[in-house]
Amino acid sequence: MCGIIGLLIKPESKRSQLGEWVTPMMDCMGDRGPDSAGLAVFSPVGDAPLRRFSLFCGRPGFDWTELGKAFERDTACEADLSAIENHGRLVSPIAPESLEEWLSREFPSVHLLSTGRSIEVYKDMGHPAEIAERYGFAGLAASHCVGHTRMATESAVSPAHAHPFTAGEDFCLVHNGSLSNPWSLRRRLEKRGVDFETDNDTEAACRFLEWKMREGESLEDALKGAFIELDGFYTLLMATAEKLVLVRDAFACKPAVVAETEDYVAVSSEFRSLAHLPGIRSAELFEPAPEEIYSWSL
Amino acid sequence: MEPVSLEPLDLQKLSVRQLNHFLHHEIGAKTLSRVEILNPNGLHNIAVGLDAPAQVDVRGHAGYFLGGMNRQARIVVHGNVGWSVAENMMSGEVRVKGFASQCAGASAHGGLLFIEGSASSRCGISLKGGDIVVGGHVGHMSAFMAQAGHLVVCGDAGAGLGDSLYEAVIYVRGKIRSLGADAREEPMAESDYARVGQLLGRTGVDCSPREFKRVASAKTLYHWNVDADQEY
Repeated sequence: MCGIIGLLIKPESKRSQLGEWVTPMMDCMGDRGPDSAGLAVFSPVGDAPLRRFSLFCGRPGFDWTELGKAFERDTACEADLSAIENHGRLVSPIAPESLEEWLSREFPSVHLLSTGRSIEVYKDMGHPAEIAERYGFAGLAASHCVGHTRMATESAVSPAHAHPFTAGEDFCLVHNGSLSNPWSLRRRLEKRGVDFETDNDTEAACRFLEWKMREGESLEDALKGAFIELDGFYTLLMATAEKLVLVRDAFACKPAVVAETEDYVAVSSEFRSLAHLPGIRSAELFEPAPEEIYSWSL
Repeated sequence: MEPVSLEPLDLQKLSVRQLNHFLHHEIGAKTLSRVEILNPNGLHNIAVGLDAPAQVDVRGHAGYFLGGMNRQARIVVHGNVGWSVAENMMSGEVRVKGFASQCAGASAHGGLLFIEGSASSRCGISLKGGDIVVGGHVGHMSAFMAQAGHLVVCGDAGAGLGDSLYEAVIYVRGKIRSLGADAREEPMAESDYARVGQLLGRTGVDCSPREFKRVASAKTLYHWNVDADQEY
């Protein structure tokens, strides 16, 4: 059992309320996944070539200021670095592969959680309510987000194994369920040069979809392929810079409910985590059907 | 007995455990025959295990297992319900004004479950004698291994309807996406029309029994067939 949540706020004027609306969703779904949690939020970082990089270091007392100084000194790239708890947020024009190469050489204990012009990812171990508090989720402003509360069943409990998983740029995925063929998928992708960071089944689904998109498919077309290629149980909620996408496998054993009003689209494993949202009593509510692709754009 | 009601029970002030304790111990003993529950907010296990001839109105959307094991009570949900509404109901009635998630009426031994909207997958799974009427559609694998009772579907049925049925009978008004293993369409007899008419009458759904078709077990799985080589 795990919990998934997602929220897309339609009017720009209400996007400052995203954190306030989504935090109770995450707290509530802590009942389904108390091990660890994560949240990916999307808001444009500024003009190209700027990108936002979410960094993680689990070492207590890690000196993020030092990392920022070393980065500017070594790469001669501008850096706007801020940090909270185990997370660092770096905004810089550096190319993602150059940053990865620099990090692995200079700061091997720092992990790159996400890369893009819109995405920002937080994930850590602990109860979701506590993580939300620690990272100040209630204050986040963004157009949309996806989150996850994890009850680990098939791989270790660690920040790296927490969801959302990311691949490429501005793409992330959360998963409730379990895959039975992640290793065969993974072997196929590794032959094509796709690198993995964990032994988690969800990472295989995430990298499979991102690889399909890099090959030129839309996310929707990649998901049609995933219905054939992914074996197992899944409700998958994905986000790009522009949209939220939701699917359930053919068995549809893993729950999901969608609520839509003129202000938002909210997705959760269970209705009770949506009950606090404004206007929920008159929201259009439905349960997504198996092997249907639901997509909501900004 | 004159209906007696009391102040609504508000789940923003009571826990589900407190609510159910009250319903178990008070509605029979104090002859309360009408109870209203406010702010269900998708909580699970509301009004489970009732055993008294009371009416319970739930104002809003409920979570999993609403009305499970119900005996005698008439529970009306003025909203949607999550998984396994009226699971293992013994008697009485559960009525859902909105839609129901999967496994509605699972293993119900008796009573009537009426879902005004649609029910998702596995509606009536392992039904053991209860009656289920769905105003809309049902999802895949509905009435899987259903042993006794009736499932009346006023809309369409999803894939694998009635897989491995025993003696339960399904009536479908709309399209059937596919039948499950060993389920087959059979001609409607007068007794079928009468039964569908009686169930529609109890629920107030306005359609004619003449529009329904009957699905029941072909009974080819009742005995082991070594020649089938696991191909059904």
